Amino acid sequence: MAKNKKKKFAMATQASPVTNVIYNILFILFAIMCVYPMLLIIGSSFASENSLNTVGYRVIPREFGTDAYVYLANNASVILRAYGVTIFATVVGTVMSVLVCGLYGYAISRNEFKWRKQFTFLEFFTMLFSGGLVPWYLVCTRFLHINDTIWALILPMVNSAWNIIILKTFFKTGVPDAIVESARIDGAFEFKIFFQIVWPIALPGLATIALFAMLGYWNDYNNALYLTSSKELQNLQLYLFNILQNIQALTSTANTAAAQAGHTLAQLPKESARMAMCVVSVGPIILAYPFFQKYFIQGLTIGSVKG
Amino acid sequence: MTKAKTKTEKKVRVKEKNVFKKNWEFLLMVLPGTLFVLVFSYIPMFGILIAFKSIDYSKGILMSPWVGLQNFKFLFDNPDAWVIIRNTVGYNLIFLVLGTICPVAVAIMMSRMTNKRTVKVYQTMMMLPHFISWVVVSYIVYAFLSYSYGLLNTSLLPALGMEPIDWYTHKQYWPFILVFLSTWKGLGYGAVVYIAAIAGIDTSLYEAAAIDGATKWQQTRYILIPELMSVIVIMLILKIGGMFSADFGLFYNIPMEHGELFPVTNVISTFVYRALRVNGDVGMSSAAGFLQSVVGFVLIMLSNGIVRAIDEEKSLF
Repeated sequence: MAKNKKKKFAMATQASPVTNVIYNILFILFAIMCVYPMLLIIGSSFASENSLNTVGYRVIPREFGTDAYVYLANNASVILRAYGVTIFATVVGTVMSVLVCGLYGYAISRNEFKWRKQFTFLEFFTMLFSGGLVPWYLVCTRFLHINDTIWALILPMVNSAWNIIILKTFFKTGVPDAIVESARIDGAFEFKIFFQIVWPIALPGLATIALFAMLGYWNDYNNALYLTSSKELQNLQLYLFNILQNIQALTSTANTAAAQAGHTLAQLPKESARMAMCVVSVGPIILAYPFFQKYFIQGLTIGSVKG
Repeated sequence: MTKAKTKTEKKVRVKEKNVFKKNWEFLLMVLPGTLFVLVFSYIPMFGILIAFKSIDYSKGILMSPWVGLQNFKFLFDNPDAWVIIRNTVGYNLIFLVLGTICPVAVAIMMSRMTNKRTVKVYQTMMMLPHFISWVVVSYIVYAFLSYSYGLLNTSLLPALGMEPIDWYTHKQYWPFILVFLSTWKGLGYGAVVYIAAIAGIDTSLYEAAAIDGATKWQQTRYILIPELMSVIVIMLILKIGGMFSADFGLFYNIPMEHGELFPVTNVISTFVYRALRVNGDVGMSSAAGFLQSVVGFVLIMLSNGIVRAIDEEKSLF
């Protein structure tokens, strides 16, 4: 019956069978365009240097080889160092960011907070106006002196106006007032209400924010580029960047080791090693991706509610 | 009468005391975020005034002498100034149009497809580019465009009987490459917001229109698009505010520092970075940064003001 109605009046909520097929073909093409490049990188990383030299990068290499990964394993110390820097910044940064944004977002979501509008504006205004790179750079280097410390990769991204406003909306719509009220009548402190009652209820929202923050820290390369210059603080993204700019960055650290092993620079699997390094650095994201993209979409959906 | 009055007075006083007590805790909650936002956002906002100073580190930033518009004069004497402004605004205008139309179109198509499970699969795949950094994208681009190893030169062009192209030294290709990448990376992510908005539209609106004999196109034009307008407009206002900014990662990483490409890849953000970090020229970079911040703010206020004058409900604030 309902189906008949739809057919009869042709509502714009559903495509006709023919259009549906066309849409499917279009989206299959789009999806391939999004996934194929990643496959190309992975395929190239498993190609032997020989086949790269003859036929170039391919999704399915002409000749398989794991030279690139063997080579990376031999240079594991630099890579593990970069991994360590990225993981440390990601973990510490995400925890700090979720706590700071969570508390802030909760406070400005409560009608009892007298200055909630002023503090909302304080964050919102940063979305409209920013001082730009130069004064920010001077604050970090001349005032806070966090350049060339691990904090350069953490502190600048702790506060996020966007995340705070998403959380505010989430606390407003997702946490029933009655629960908070009854806790308040029992005389609970606001902090206790937040951590014991609101936190568990708002977990999906907080998880989304944690994912936003994690992704931001993992992929952060701007702060590393602007504020660090020492090799010890090179995070994964900056390391990747350096290798692409100059393959020497990958090999120079290993020059002596390679020489000892009787290799010359020319024999190193440069092209495939680059791609292998790329795979190694996106690996965790690609593996975790299917699990967290659901939360990601959910978070975006909350954020799109004007509040 | 008097008794009742004192009672309410007492109530008010108790309430005020409670309000203070509660606010004390709320203030403690916003304190860390406030500190961060003051240090990393508000001090730099006042810091844009260094564009009018000649920074001398020995005297300190605050004590450095004011030099009026000298930094701006140096900036505009630089022939690159007009190129970077043209590039920044040009690319942003294209991104503004494509970055709105493409996600909206994708969202509309997705919302109409009959098998919701396949839609989820497409969505998952199309979100992937959003999750990888520009550095990783630069590897992908390199895998396609590298002169001697790239997929285009080693597989595609020979198959078409064409000579290999040295992509990284020919600037004519790059506006297309950059626009394509920007659209590609933002498409899946951008569509999600609109999909949520479309799902929120009351279907009885379409039904009523359909009964009245409206075609699908008319329903889209007169129901769907107007309902989406508030989201589209907010996104547009924010993008217009970024008209003088540019995605640093896109313009800095993807062309891989090839000087031949600078005429079409250098934008204000990359110019500021190079002037600051490579040449250590605080004066010129702060002048360019000042323009970026102030013009962006003026544009966002103007566009919001215009939207507000037309339809207050749709404005950002």
